[in-house]
This record gives sequence, structure tokens and C-alpha cells, in this order.
Amino acid sequence: MGTRNVLWNLANKYFTFGLIGLTVSDRYASIVPVRGASMSPTFNPQASNFTDDYVLVEKFCLEKYKFSHGDVVVFRSPSNHKEKYVKRIIGLPGDWIGTTHNSYDVLKIPEGHCWLEGDNSASSKDSRSLGPIPLGLVQGRVTHIVWPPQRIGAVERSYPQERVSSP
Amino acid sequence: MGLRKLWQYRSIVREAWDQTTAVATFLCGLHVTNKYLCTFGMAYGPSMLPTFNLTGDLFLADRLSTRFGKVGRGDVVLVRSPEDPRKVVAKRLLGMEGDSVTYVVDPKNSDRSETVVVPKGHVWIEGDNIYNSKDSRQFGPIPYGLVEGKIFWKIWPPKEFGSLGQSRMKDPDL
Repeated sequence: MGTRNVLWNLANKYFTFGLIGLTVSDRYASIVPVRGASMSPTFNPQASNFTDDYVLVEKFCLEKYKFSHGDVVVFRSPSNHKEKYVKRIIGLPGDWIGTTHNSYDVLKIPEGHCWLEGDNSASSKDSRSLGPIPLGLVQGRVTHIVWPPQRIGAVERSYPQERVSSP
Repeated sequence: MGLRKLWQYRSIVREAWDQTTAVATFLCGLHVTNKYLCTFGMAYGPSMLPTFNLTGDLFLADRLSTRFGKVGRGDVVLVRSPEDPRKVVAKRLLGMEGDSVTYVVDPKNSDRSETVVVPKGHVWIEGDNIYNSKDSRQFGPIPYGLVEGKIFWKIWPPKEFGSLGQSRMKDPDL
């Protein structure tokens, strides 16, 4: 009877902890690893490095879906909903943006969409091949690098302003 | 005397802590149920007539089938609108990736129809009332990641209480 009680208490504790943890990571903030070199040099500056950067993702921005130029966001891939990518917002709804992919072209970003690009344009699958991405796919905003210790710090908000003209 | 007072405070603090944890756990449980299992909502507007009425019908939607890819053609789904991410709309799913969908471009004026192939990872959604619905016919196929739930049960109005069929009216003109 005694061991059963202890087990029951332990299970109860784990369950409570899991519920609270899941809620916090859904609604407020979570920590995720960044894989690949598409956002180098902001994340994973050395491609051969074994240690991935871990970043803090805040979810408060999902209440109103308000973003600014240069925000780094996590979003679901439009072609495969199980994959998540980290990219930088270059253009917001209504902006005119110059693409530098194949030929120089100017296009308008439709309502409710955004233009996302990786910082390392040489190896990044982003809006240059996928087109404008619905904001509804965005899952959170990356604010800080939390691991490894020598790289702890806030993520800067910078973007190529000469390519974007906002209304 | 002082020690006894401290003891009293301790039990009060413990009681308060236990109560707070219980409330927090309950709220977290609500959130997890709502986000991962099942949610309810209201459908307004003319776009899903006659499945949903104009005035607002209450429904239950499950989140598990979208998570495990168990939605199929004919299901009514909750979709985060591609035009305004703050809105969630209810539409009928008519094509999965790789399907070719034929749709009437402008049903009010002509019966010219077009056929498109739904690209990888996307789905095709339309309202049941094709005369008054903003759907894939305007903004094209949408990524599967925007699908948030499958509506399976209607709660309100009471005389329509029951499970939601898979069918779509074959010919809306009749």
C-alpha cells in the first residue's frame, strides 16, 4: 500500500509538471535548437561545429500577429507541416520587395503574408523559392541565444532596407 | 509563542501554495485539452450555408486528426485564414496534395471552370455556399500547416445536434 501511494504521488507530480510545462511552452516561451547553416552567421556560425545554438522563442507575438521588419521567427514549412524553419522577416503585408533570386524583380506582398529569408543566402530554402508565406504559419519569435555560454545574447533586428519599400 | 506563530504562518502559506497549484494545474489542463484534443467554437456568416446557419452555430472540433494527418476530402476543417492570421475560418476540404481540383471561377456570372493541381503539402478548401465564400478559389491552395482542427459535432441549434456528415451538396443549383 505504501509503495503504491508513493508511485501514485510521483505520477501525479510528473503529470502536473508536464501540463504546466506544455502550457508555458505553448503560450509564453520555449527553448529550441537551431540546426543547419541557413541562418549563419546569426546562428551556428561554424558549420562544422557539433554544438547547435539553442534559442529562446517567445510566443506572445501570436496573440496579435504583430511583427516588425528584421524579426527572426520560427514557422512551419508550407510544403511540409511537420518541419519548422527559422528565418528572418524581410517584408510585411503591403510591402514592395526586390527579389534577388534569378532576375531582379519587384513584387507586392499580399495581405496576411510575409517575406522570409535566411541570413546565409547561399544555403537557405526560403521565400526566394517558396514565395510569400502566410503569417498563420509563424510559431514564435526568436529573441535570445541561450546556449552555448560564450554566445549568450539578444538577437539583433537588422534587414536590407534598400530592398524593401513600405507603404 | 513566537515559534507557534511561525508554525501557524507556515501552514497558511502551504495551504495557499496548494490552492494556487491546483488552480494553475486546472487552467493548464484546460489549455492542453483545448489545444491538443478538442475545442469548440462558433461559425458565423454565409460562406458555409447550408451546413452552418447565418446566425452562428456552435460546434466541436477535434485537434488529433489534423495532428496525425487523418483529415480527408469532404471534412469540414478549421483553418487559420491566410489573409488575416487573427481569424480562424471553417471551410470544407476538397482536395489533398496531388489532387486536381476543378472549380467554377465566378459562379454568379458564368460557369467557366478551371482545373488546378494542388501542390505538395497544400490543401484545397471551399465554402459550401460557393456564391458567397472567400476560399481557395481566390487565394489558391493553402499550406496544411494552417489547418487547425476537424469539425465533427454540431451542438447548437439543438434540432441539428449531431455528427457532421462528410458529404457536400452535389449540385448547389438545385
